[in-house]
Amino acid sequence: MKALRFSRQTAIAVIAAGALALTACGSDNPTAAANGGTNSSGKTQVTGTLTGIGSSAQGAAMDVWKSEFASANQGANVQYSPDGSGAGRKALLDGSAQFAGSDAFLKDEEYAASKEQCGPEGALNIPVYISPIAVAFNLPDIKELKLDAPAVAKIFRGEIANWNDPAIASLNSDVTLPDLKITPVNRSDDSGTTTNFTEYLAAAAPEVWTDKASGVWPSSLKGENAKGTSGVVKTVTDTPGAVTYADESAVGGKLGVAQIKVGGSFTKISAEAAAKAVDAGKPVEGRSANDLSIKLDRKTTVEGAYPVVLVSFHIVCSTYADQKTVDLVKAFESYVVSDAGQEAAADAAKSAPLSKTLQDKALKAIESIEVR
Amino acid sequence: MTTTSLTSSRGAGRAGDKVFSAATLAAGCLILAVLFGVALFLVVQAIPALTAAPDEIQGGEGFFAYIWPIVIGTLIAAVIALVIATPIAIGVALFISHFAPRRLASGLGYVIDLLAAIPSVVYGAWGAAFLAKEISPAYNWLAENMGWLPIFQGPASATGKTILTAGIVLAVMVLPIITSLSREIFLQTPKLHEEAALALGATRWEMIRMAVLPFARPGIVSAVMLGLGRALGETMAVALVLSSGALTASLIKSGNQTIAAEIALNFPEASGLKVSTLIAAGLVLFLITLGVNMIARWIITRHKEFSGAN
Repeated sequence: MKALRFSRQTAIAVIAAGALALTACGSDNPTAAANGGTNSSGKTQVTGTLTGIGSSAQGAAMDVWKSEFASANQGANVQYSPDGSGAGRKALLDGSAQFAGSDAFLKDEEYAASKEQCGPEGALNIPVYISPIAVAFNLPDIKELKLDAPAVAKIFRGEIANWNDPAIASLNSDVTLPDLKITPVNRSDDSGTTTNFTEYLAAAAPEVWTDKASGVWPSSLKGENAKGTSGVVKTVTDTPGAVTYADESAVGGKLGVAQIKVGGSFTKISAEAAAKAVDAGKPVEGRSANDLSIKLDRKTTVEGAYPVVLVSFHIVCSTYADQKTVDLVKAFESYVVSDAGQEAAADAAKSAPLSKTLQDKALKAIESIEVR
Repeated sequence: MTTTSLTSSRGAGRAGDKVFSAATLAAGCLILAVLFGVALFLVVQAIPALTAAPDEIQGGEGFFAYIWPIVIGTLIAAVIALVIATPIAIGVALFISHFAPRRLASGLGYVIDLLAAIPSVVYGAWGAAFLAKEISPAYNWLAENMGWLPIFQGPASATGKTILTAGIVLAVMVLPIITSLSREIFLQTPKLHEEAALALGATRWEMIRMAVLPFARPGIVSAVMLGLGRALGETMAVALVLSSGALTASLIKSGNQTIAAEIALNFPEASGLKVSTLIAAGLVLFLITLGVNMIARWIITRHKEFSGAN
């Protein structure tokens, strides 16, 4: 009976309804071709559950990607647990997660180790989430200041203690600076924002910022702190003379935002400027051809680039053991880097959308994922 | 007939007794097993941090150098909370049990119990968003006028998010615990003792001092210790309120950190040895709480002999 009914169906209907079940069974050429056909006919074929672990910075974006993807693909489901970037990379390497969300691309030794789970090409690092970090301050009547990296580093180290310090005044000759104590406010929790901010300071002002880049604020520094992005922004809003670093999206109200000196001019923070800084980054050597690990050039002198930026990656395998997972990963990651995905993240998490160039590279990398 | 029914009922009672005693025994064993399981987990997970090379631990000077400032910070916050909360709580409890008109007393008791039901994150948000801002002028005053005391040494924090603010928030949080328990104990004071004291010409306050407080002393101690347990372990409120940092003697500068807040703030992004370090910090907190409870027990048993109840 079952066989009879099956034989009655047309070939096209078989492909449309059951292609995934068929393609999951074999990895020879004909099925791969059939799979290509279904992809063009619609995304409804991907099913199953994709498991990711990683960065909490991506958490808000991930929530919207998850739900949008699930509602667009009946039967497909993405689970993401924001346990931290390190935990995510570890989970990808030991095979307990199919992708990792990480505020840093794989280290060289991690990339070497990834070949065990991901095949000879290892894992792919795909930038999916870009967030410019603002230096935000609370000064009555001042909404804009110009600062360079050494000045920012000295402010956060407490070496510049007053807003009318000559080091700030010389950069802002057109602004009347108040005689007000500077209260630097940093994140009290371990955070990717802190990692990227200290990385910028350590690279762009090495003679002032002598600590290593780290997710935990150096404990030797005196200063105030608060929990989470919302916490630091709230604290600075309540405290005249306070200054902090935070995702640009979270900064608003009466807070002013500093322009950062890049090359010979000052760059105003914006999504485009952040994307420009990411485009100016250099690919990391020794990775597979499609890999998009980007070593940001924090000392960049490119006009209009804003180098204080957080780039978060999705780390996926270049090959997976079965076609079903490959389809699922491709469908999900393609959505994430697509215009729709980036816009959804920009709405929900106020991130900066990827540039067109980076988007194309990311799509190419995602297309290269195959079954082994 | 009567005999049979008696026998059968006694038989049923015996079976019921057995079931009941087995159930209570199981419950007792279960709590021990859970406690043992938690302790075992903490020890096993903490071993890598305890045995790691000093420069691998956060701060680069080994686990001991990492943990002792936050142990002291935890104790400072808890002591501030108790110093503020205990006298107020006893005062409120005495008012409810001996001074307030009956209708007011029951209403007030209800309100106090309600305070205990407010989630700690709400207290934390209140402390961080409101109290810290409002209290910082007071800290400036303290720094100017009492700065010669090391604990009020200036310059005061500009945000007001100090260990003293955290201690005040904790005091509000432990207040209902100490008040509720003390009130119950004050109400149990034997009426005859109170009436005897009054008959001998004691004023109300003398009666309370002679009859109520001696009787209630072990109860007050255990109430305070329960409050201390909450203050030591409180996580969210401290994490939100306190602007943490290195250990400082001054209570009105930003600085200091508590174990529970340290774990909560760092655990989400931790991996590898960092997780072990945080779990080892949890183990230390576990041991401190255990120690506090044992001291409390000891005080209670010691005071029992002198209490007015005998």
